[in-house]
Amino acid sequence: MIEIIKDWCKGCEICVIRCPVDALEISAELNKRGVYPPKLKEENECNFCRLCELLCPDFAITVIPEEEGEPKETKSRLIIGGIVNEV
Amino acid sequence: MTEMADANVLREKYLRDGMLPTIFCNGCGHGVAVDYTLRAIEELEIDIDTIALASGIGCSSRIPGYINADGLHTTHGRALSLATGIKAANPELNVIVFTGDGDCTGIGGNHFIHAARRNIDMTVILLNNFIYGMTGGQLAPTAPLGSIATTAPYGNIEQAFNISELATALGAAYVARWPIFYPYQPIKSIKDGLQNKGFALIELMSPCPTAYGRRNKLGKIDALWTWYEDNTILIEEYEKIMNYGTDDEKEKVKQMFQIGVFQNEVKAGFFEEYEKMVERLIERDDAKGGGK
Repeated sequence: MIEIIKDWCKGCEICVIRCPVDALEISAELNKRGVYPPKLKEENECNFCRLCELLCPDFAITVIPEEEGEPKETKSRLIIGGIVNEV
Repeated sequence: MTEMADANVLREKYLRDGMLPTIFCNGCGHGVAVDYTLRAIEELEIDIDTIALASGIGCSSRIPGYINADGLHTTHGRALSLATGIKAANPELNVIVFTGDGDCTGIGGNHFIHAARRNIDMTVILLNNFIYGMTGGQLAPTAPLGSIATTAPYGNIEQAFNISELATALGAAYVARWPIFYPYQPIKSIKDGLQNKGFALIELMSPCPTAYGRRNKLGKIDALWTWYEDNTILIEEYEKIMNYGTDDEKEKVKQMFQIGVFQNEVKAGFFEEYEKMVERLIERDDAKGGGK
């Protein structure tokens, strides 16, 4: 789970660009500053590496690892000849 | 690796809530440096009441305002002199100086040289963004050749200061340089610097999209952050290429910024030597039978 203080976000999008598993996207909701803060994608492969938390210049992101439940299987996307194969 | 503290725990423990969000521009790396410093303090379990922060003038010098520790804000370039005074008055304190490239090496260049030479026990976190950001983008002494600034509209023709190599040559106990976007190396360097009983300089290369990037065709935050990735090289890699590489490769890496730990030595600091001297003189006077 990712907790975001939406009103502290300045919209630099560093978290979205630097996420190694591409789990974040820009939300459609404006905050007080008039920028679109990030949010987790509906379907994501977030493995709680905390890079977004470490790189956020505004202390707006906290990554809370999900402890309960089975660990999620991480999928890798192989692209062969333009066809995306989920492995 | 040890378990890291959550950002919201750090926020409650160390930051002044009313001051946030920070005044830093969108895409500035200074906030990240605060985060790394707090993580280093948390991992070393240093009591925040034993920390004194000092800063001069500039974007980076706003940082002590956000951290819930004692802090002193002084005139332009004099942060290191002030920190020397703090350490002399109370050697028990952990003195951390937040300073920028213009503040530390431009205006306060001489103070920096002598603080490093005397090896005074303090941790200097120098945020290098190649420009005087707060005052409107004047050319800083660290700007690479050809950079555009308000005082260099046709490109910089001056040789840039290499801060880390200068501090290494002056015999500072700990010197490291890292770009802001590798999280673990700077945190480890700040930890090492805080534990070192001498002058520790951690130069963090922090992107400035507003004052530097916008004038140098790197206005997009992503483009600027990628520029740092393309123009930095690990010291070990650099030495390997300088020893065994081809001429083309050598020419290419000469333009790059070396990153890594430049120096890590255990040396007696200024105040340690001073205390020894005081003890020696007291002993001498006692042997003489006291008095004059």
